[in-house]
Amino acid sequence: MSRCRKTALIRNSPALILRSGRRPRLEGWRQAPCPRPSFETPASALLRRAPQDEGGSFWLRPLLALFLIVAFVVTAHAADRKLGLGRDATQTEIAGWDIDIRPDGQGLPPGSGSVKAGEEVYMGKCAACHGEFGESAGRWPQVAGGQGSLSADDPVKTVGSYFAHVSTVIDYVRHAMPFGDSQSLSNDELYAVVAYLLFLNDIVDDTFVLSKETFGVVKMPNAGGFHDDDRETTEKAFWNPQPCMANCKADVKITGRARVIDVTPDDKAARKGVE
Amino acid sequence: MNEETPQRPSRRRFLSAAASGAALGVTPALAGNPKNLPPNVPEWTRVLGDGVATRPYGNPSKHEAHVIRRDVQWLTASRESSVSFTPLHELDGIITPNGLCFERHHAGIAEIDPEDYRLMVHGLVEKPLIFTLAELKRFPRVNRVYFLECAANSGMEWRGAQLNGCQYTHGMVHCVQYTGVPLSVLLAEAGVKPNAKWLLAEGADSAAMTRSIPLAKALDDCLIAYRMNGEMLRPEQGYPARLVVPGWEGNVWVKWLRRLKLGDEPWFAREETSKYTDLMASGKARQFTFVMDAKSVITSPSPQAPLRATGFTVISGLAWSGRGKVARVDVSLDGGKNWRAAKIDGLQLDKACVRFYAETEWSGGEMLLQSRAIDETGYVQPSKSELRKIRGVNSIYHNNGIQTWLVKADGEVENVEVS
Repeated sequence: MSRCRKTALIRNSPALILRSGRRPRLEGWRQAPCPRPSFETPASALLRRAPQDEGGSFWLRPLLALFLIVAFVVTAHAADRKLGLGRDATQTEIAGWDIDIRPDGQGLPPGSGSVKAGEEVYMGKCAACHGEFGESAGRWPQVAGGQGSLSADDPVKTVGSYFAHVSTVIDYVRHAMPFGDSQSLSNDELYAVVAYLLFLNDIVDDTFVLSKETFGVVKMPNAGGFHDDDRETTEKAFWNPQPCMANCKADVKITGRARVIDVTPDDKAARKGVE
Repeated sequence: MNEETPQRPSRRRFLSAAASGAALGVTPALAGNPKNLPPNVPEWTRVLGDGVATRPYGNPSKHEAHVIRRDVQWLTASRESSVSFTPLHELDGIITPNGLCFERHHAGIAEIDPEDYRLMVHGLVEKPLIFTLAELKRFPRVNRVYFLECAANSGMEWRGAQLNGCQYTHGMVHCVQYTGVPLSVLLAEAGVKPNAKWLLAEGADSAAMTRSIPLAKALDDCLIAYRMNGEMLRPEQGYPARLVVPGWEGNVWVKWLRRLKLGDEPWFAREETSKYTDLMASGKARQFTFVMDAKSVITSPSPQAPLRATGFTVISGLAWSGRGKVARVDVSLDGGKNWRAAKIDGLQLDKACVRFYAETEWSGGEMLLQSRAIDETGYVQPSKSELRKIRGVNSIYHNNGIQTWLVKADGEVENVEVS
């Protein structure tokens, strides 16, 4: 048996490690031609060790080859083997948590809701934060209006001005609203309140009833307002192999100061450690 | 790694600098109690201290009580849907202590009983599965250090210098070591169907926050982490399990992860359409801008960490890039006119923070401090004006422009912008 095989055996013997109280690994691992220990399968480990196994006798080789073929099959199978962790999710379990809705309508629940029914839901559960007309109360998100403002100095992003897909509104309300009482709306209430939001944004009229069936007719004003990340082309100049190091500007002037608007909270207290 | 030659001050220069410092009103901090100073024996030497295990989970010294996360209350309508900031100016090295990692919640902290934690994997898989936390912990695991930056970090600064302190301007970043299961290993257990192209990750918080992630990224380097810096995730960081999406905006690192669904298209959830899309001056918006561009900030001196003495001074900062390793950080003392390479000290890991230092002799004159990160892809952190030229000022997200700190003659530091 080669020196390498011996140290491999020692290394793999927990009893020995326990009894001796120390791992004899350093002397084993220092030997250059020995295989590096890793979390590989025994079969693949053997494949790597084999060429270095100069101590193997002639008749052992065909046996080893046969073993390696078997080992290879086992290893190949092991690549997509299951670890056997977890258990099957039941359809009932999935149905309870599977609440996402896509732009193509996948995931839309059964049920329906009218603008009229939605007004009641909205006034009872949403208007306190979002305002009676979706105009926002305090700093809570404005949900209506803002159309045509996206290129203005102060763009207002709402369901009507910014959302590209009606599915996003249904999906979000279904996940997260009402704030503090999420996932409490019935499917009918969900459809109704979204119908009302669409009405507040002049996207549907007051007779509209939202459902899986009518979902497709809703046209969002900002549907074409998005494009995928293009930084690697539009900002290609930021990849610069020779950034300027000296005399990069003629002069340097201060053009703005935070202190002028002074909106930093608690700055002095933060510095002195005084609460 | 780039080195600079540290200049050791001569004793004469140090003394003259100290004298000029005094003249400028820069004085060393006054000691609290002269009785504790030599030649006296201080009070803590004369008594026995607390024994072991009187502090079973150790906290920082009471004298460090000011080193805490802080929020900006006018930013958001409620603290449940808000952000608190890492006190970068009080930290060094690259690892953020768990209790100081910035928080961003959309509906408060979900307090999950680990016994009742379940992770569901379904959609375009061969076998929909449910895992307990104990089962997640039985998977093969890895340890990786990554930065996590909120896409909105520095978002308040798009229109100009606004907040005085790198905690507020840059504190939506942290860097910790995660322990977890490679997502590729977990998904293999369920068997991904060939037509799956996207992954939906959903949280168990009251916002049940969801994001769509391209499957290629999920299989590349994403993790389901349950530990940070060795201990279990903090509740505010997604206990007991969160998604780790190296180099990508923090919002996709879904906390309190409860569900992974495979699909053939993205979901266009609210957080990837109405939010976390970058509105350009044209009125059109970029979507799926996942990668965090290279960025850096000088953490000391900075408005919350002013200079208190003239003479030898170490300028210290953090840099990171979502595209790989930070290759170099340059520092300027004159508002970007002249640059020199800073010294990166410590580990330079893929998609992790690096710590950089630039040593200088501060004579008490004004300085306009800047830093710029350069990553291994050759990306150079742009100036704010270069960024605004392309993106306008309504983007909110992905502001990685170069920060300028004005160090004034009295050592106070202000957030400014320069031409």
